[in-house]
Amino acid sequence: MTDSKYFTTNKKGEIFELKAELNNEKKEKRKEAVKKVIAAMTVGKDVSSLFPDVVNCMQTDNLELKKLVYLYLMNYAKSQPDMAIMAVNSFVKDCEDPNPLIRALAVRTMGCIRVDKITEYLCEPLRKCLKDEDPYVRKTAAVCVAKLHDINAQMVEDQGFLDSLRDLIADSNPMVVANAVAALSEISESHPNSNLLDLNPQNINKLLTALNECTEWGQIFILDCLSNYNPKDEREAQSICERVTPRLSHANSAVVLSAVKVLMKFLELLPKELDYYNTLLKKLSPPLVTLLSGEPEVQYVALRNINLIVQKRPEILKQEIKVFFVKYNDPIYVKLEKLDIMIRLASQANIAQVLAELKEYATEVDVDFVRKAVRAIGRCAIKVEQSAERCVSTLLDLIQTKVNYVVQEAIVVIRDIFRKYPNKYESIIATLCENLDSLDEPDARAAMIWIGQVPRSAQTIHSLGGVLFQVQLTLLTAIVKLFLKKPSETQELVQQVLSLATQDSDNPDLRDRGYIYWRLLSTDPLICHIGSLASVYHKPPNAFVEGSHGIHRKHLPIQHGSIDTGESPVSAGPVVPIEQAQSVIPSQGDLLGDLLNLDLGPPVNVPQVSSMQMGAVDLLGGGLDSLLGGDLGGGVGGSPAVGQNFIPSSVPNTFAPSPTPAALSSGLNDLFELSTGMAISTGGYVTPKSVWLPAVKAKGLEISGTFSRRQGQMYMDMTFTNKALQHMTDFAIQFNKNSFGVIPTTPLPIHTPLMPSQSIEVSLPLNTIGPVMKMDPLNNLQVAVKNNIDVFYFSGLIPLNIFFVEDGKMERQVFLATWKDIPNENELQYQIKECHLNADTVSGKLQNDNIYTIAKRNVEGQDMLYQSLKLTNGIWILAELRIQPGNPNYTLSLKCRAPEVTQYVYQVYYSVLKN
Amino acid sequence: MSASAVFVLDLKGKVLICRNYKGDVDMAEIDHFLPLLMTQEEEGLTCPIMSHGNVHFLWIKHTNLYLVATTNKNSNASLVYAFLYKVVEVFTEYFTELEEESIQDNFVVVYELLDELMDFGFPQTTDSKILQEYITQEGTKLEVAKTKVPTTVTNAVSWRSEGIKYKKNEVFIDVIESINLLVSGFTRRMLGLIHVNANGSVMSSDIVGTVKLKTMLSGMPELRLGLNDRALFALTGRDKGKTVTMEDVKFHQCVRLSRFESDRTISFIPPDGESELMSYRINTHVKPLIWIESVIEKFSHSRVEIMVKAKGQFKKQSVANNVEVRVPVPSDADSPKFKTSTGHAKYVPEKNLAVWTIKSFPGGKEFLMRASFGLPSVENDEMEGKPPITVNFEIPYFTVSGIQVRYMKIIEKSGYQALPWVRYITQSGDYQLRSNF
Repeated sequence: MTDSKYFTTNKKGEIFELKAELNNEKKEKRKEAVKKVIAAMTVGKDVSSLFPDVVNCMQTDNLELKKLVYLYLMNYAKSQPDMAIMAVNSFVKDCEDPNPLIRALAVRTMGCIRVDKITEYLCEPLRKCLKDEDPYVRKTAAVCVAKLHDINAQMVEDQGFLDSLRDLIADSNPMVVANAVAALSEISESHPNSNLLDLNPQNINKLLTALNECTEWGQIFILDCLSNYNPKDEREAQSICERVTPRLSHANSAVVLSAVKVLMKFLELLPKELDYYNTLLKKLSPPLVTLLSGEPEVQYVALRNINLIVQKRPEILKQEIKVFFVKYNDPIYVKLEKLDIMIRLASQANIAQVLAELKEYATEVDVDFVRKAVRAIGRCAIKVEQSAERCVSTLLDLIQTKVNYVVQEAIVVIRDIFRKYPNKYESIIATLCENLDSLDEPDARAAMIWIGQVPRSAQTIHSLGGVLFQVQLTLLTAIVKLFLKKPSETQELVQQVLSLATQDSDNPDLRDRGYIYWRLLSTDPLICHIGSLASVYHKPPNAFVEGSHGIHRKHLPIQHGSIDTGESPVSAGPVVPIEQAQSVIPSQGDLLGDLLNLDLGPPVNVPQVSSMQMGAVDLLGGGLDSLLGGDLGGGVGGSPAVGQNFIPSSVPNTFAPSPTPAALSSGLNDLFELSTGMAISTGGYVTPKSVWLPAVKAKGLEISGTFSRRQGQMYMDMTFTNKALQHMTDFAIQFNKNSFGVIPTTPLPIHTPLMPSQSIEVSLPLNTIGPVMKMDPLNNLQVAVKNNIDVFYFSGLIPLNIFFVEDGKMERQVFLATWKDIPNENELQYQIKECHLNADTVSGKLQNDNIYTIAKRNVEGQDMLYQSLKLTNGIWILAELRIQPGNPNYTLSLKCRAPEVTQYVYQVYYSVLKN
Repeated sequence: MSASAVFVLDLKGKVLICRNYKGDVDMAEIDHFLPLLMTQEEEGLTCPIMSHGNVHFLWIKHTNLYLVATTNKNSNASLVYAFLYKVVEVFTEYFTELEEESIQDNFVVVYELLDELMDFGFPQTTDSKILQEYITQEGTKLEVAKTKVPTTVTNAVSWRSEGIKYKKNEVFIDVIESINLLVSGFTRRMLGLIHVNANGSVMSSDIVGTVKLKTMLSGMPELRLGLNDRALFALTGRDKGKTVTMEDVKFHQCVRLSRFESDRTISFIPPDGESELMSYRINTHVKPLIWIESVIEKFSHSRVEIMVKAKGQFKKQSVANNVEVRVPVPSDADSPKFKTSTGHAKYVPEKNLAVWTIKSFPGGKEFLMRASFGLPSVENDEMEGKPPITVNFEIPYFTVSGIQVRYMKIIEKSGYQALPWVRYITQSGDYQLRSNF
């Protein structure tokens, strides 16, 4: 007997009957009744009124019945939130069941009940299940965290579930690891900036190990996660690639495509001269071809991705054009896509074959396909100049078929060829004219008219077309440039223009140029989305996913520095701010810059930043434009007084991604590792304000200021004084790259005009997530301030104590070990003279500045203070302060892996103790 | 990450069963699916991905069903399709046939499976043999004691359970090669009336091979398969006999991929019963095993005459079985007449084909078929496609690539002796010869 019997109930009083049956004494009857309820639910009947009766059946030791009741709950809990509470006890109880299947079922189901009221009751059971002895329960619980996060993100964070999830990455069971990775990836989609997954080399290693052992789906989760990682150098990239390539032999096409994504992305980091680079390229081709023997839908996704890959790296498939030949029984979507790839791969070497194929297709029956094939012949003529003649004669053959739409399409295409190669094929015009009568499509008619004019006034028309074309080309270039500067405002415009240029324009040069820009602007980031919907639509995710605007943009990694130096590069990690630069891809920035300047010449607005040596060079030498961003918020927005083109601050970074100064010592590399301090309230020493920008230098604007650290937050406290006779508005501020990555957290909070002889106090919160560049002196900060009058530059020295974080107290043991571990040549000694404080006062004073005394020893009458402090970028400084009674001169010994900083630490000691 | 919900629809777009995994897409959105599809079909431009507003539908069709996944995120599309096909596979294993009736007849199990196959859009356990250990159709007979999670589910070896026992330990290996072939065609026009079609040259041909296993082995055996793989021979420095270059190899989950990557060893713990261990693709050009020469003469408004010559271009000792040559004819053809030197030919009007069948076709032989059809004096206005001539066949005890199983080592800790059996077969894959009608 099949389940279909449950679907045949008599309509009248059905609910009433079911209610009675659900409350039947016999277990079997109740189960039958629940099945009927589910059957009714399946066919779309509303059985929500039976909620209490169904929930009553929940307490059962029959697993099948329990599953059905849970299914019912998932469906109706949302519409009956009050009654859903009734189920909570049962969930809590089931989470303790001795049978892991039931524990997992409970934890899986409860996450699907999207009722806010209930979720808090689920925290305790979930916590237990995350630590369950059975991996089946743990893997289910891991997913449940993602579910709960979707309902109540705050609660999940408060309850520490994210940490538990992170712990599961180290779980012994590969399936648990895979699901934890999946859950964390899902959660981090809604947390664009957090480094939730904490992708560091150790974790990457764990993931790569789990990759070999987990299910095919788990492998996909892990590969997709790996593709978000930015390896610190080429060696790491290569070693990850080596461990990922075996996945190309997996039977599951999605595993293969996700592996391709990782490899394509990391290829960016490998220098082309490396043998491995070429080995890897060769390995990519066979699996891509094999994807084409899959199911048609799989083929389609593969083809759309191959289309992107071929644009990015045509060398991978250039030998394989035959596999893209269309088969009679291919579905239309596969045919059209193959055609497109064929044109992309067409070259002088294979053009004969390609043309023969295209001609074959042009005599098919499917109108869209035929038209596209005819158009493709035209594209070949324009792409491969040597083939133009052949293409023309093929088109003439096609015109002979007299098939109406073939003729019309061919004539449009021939016009394009005429334009590209003027005065070459005009002899065929007579043949074309024979078909004049059959043309009924406006495009074809227009083309024919254009062609018809050629013999009489070829020169005029051509030059006219030439002028128009120049205008269009210039316009196109200008718009692309604008996009680079103001990506967020002009994205739509640029997309529109590019689609006009590439699809609607009848000028092949314009189309080509359009394609080049489009490719530069979009393909590369799309490579980061291989296998996903974005790769199928050929659109960035924010173009079709609601709410993803401005978050989570992926970009290809940047090959660091020069290869020769082999130094480990700086700040590959989360600091590289590509965010605002939309889909512009850094590594091709120069190319794009070149292209953009092709026609318009001198005004180089794309800054060619080189920040190799002197700190100031990059910023001040790069021209005013590069300094201030148009995206600074209220301060600048929409001010018509600003006559300059302001580039978003991120653009220069994008184009010059923190190159590696060859001279950097390894100690300084430590310096650039970022970490954030803990926020505990203290108030440290603040130097009095000094004048940074005198009024005479800034057309009447005077700025004095200082830096401070309060409640774990850094501030730049400034006084703006207007000493001019006119009022000042539109203030904005920007920092140059600096040693500690200091950037303002908010725009400059000056919202009202500053009247003559008026002063305003401003406290600008800072953080250290900006781009890093070593300055000299190390604590130098170069600042640009803009107002309605001009842009002014000044620099100030940041007292290092604002970078001393609150958790800078080292464990004694660690202190000892670290002290020993740091080489002696890194120890520097300083004298602090004329200081009359006792050891305890000294400790107290220093502690206000987050310099912590770990131990105090009395050695031969001298007080020895052992102290530690930590900078925002994670650098530890260890100190020994010797105070001799009766001697006002203290001796300070500082030890640090990055000895460059010690002198500035000494300055802090000095100013704190002397004030 | 992948699907927000999965639906099974009938051909009219009615939801037969569905499962909402994430709750971020309104379940009513599915109502837009069929209208969208209809519009696309009318325009002749269907696409496996469709969108309505910010909801995206990823769908496949199986028998009389649509399987549709919805999402509003930038999901992993290839994962979704792989998953949908896996769902088809699992359901088919459970219900033998996956169609409208089997869904309704088994809706309880279907719900259970949907619950187990995917969680919050993440595919989970999709191995039907393992699923069958704890999700059974005999729901009522389910004893509480029996319903434990098989440890296999979360094991690193997630495809084989422990404690399997056979009296006689054997493993059957089938090596099956399919030949894909595309041959160009050309047309000569004579007197403007008669179109003669003949075949041209081979445009592309490749071999797709699969190695299938039927494993009847006890315990947790370690297997190692040795093939005459050129890359392996090059690696080990041996150089005897014929070797085969595999362009690309794909393996079942059970094969240790990193091991293969490093030393080309195919080592694995096999799934129990039937499975596809590996597939490979070979690019080397081979002589088409069955070569077709055809001349199709079309006398407009009068008749079509077809002459087909089939030649077996393989070893004399081998025999091709169930050879079927399918020749397209115009849709308005009538009154067929056939003459064959062997086998028999018939007209299949619903497919516009003349099908010539030869039960047994020895290598080196050549056969002939002639057919003629009448054409109406008023010609069909509609453009017709140009379907290719296709050929089906299979040749047992033979692999066209020359691939061979050199050994299959079976080691199990209990130390039993097991016997491997190998079978070879070559068959036609996508074997097309273009014609010009």
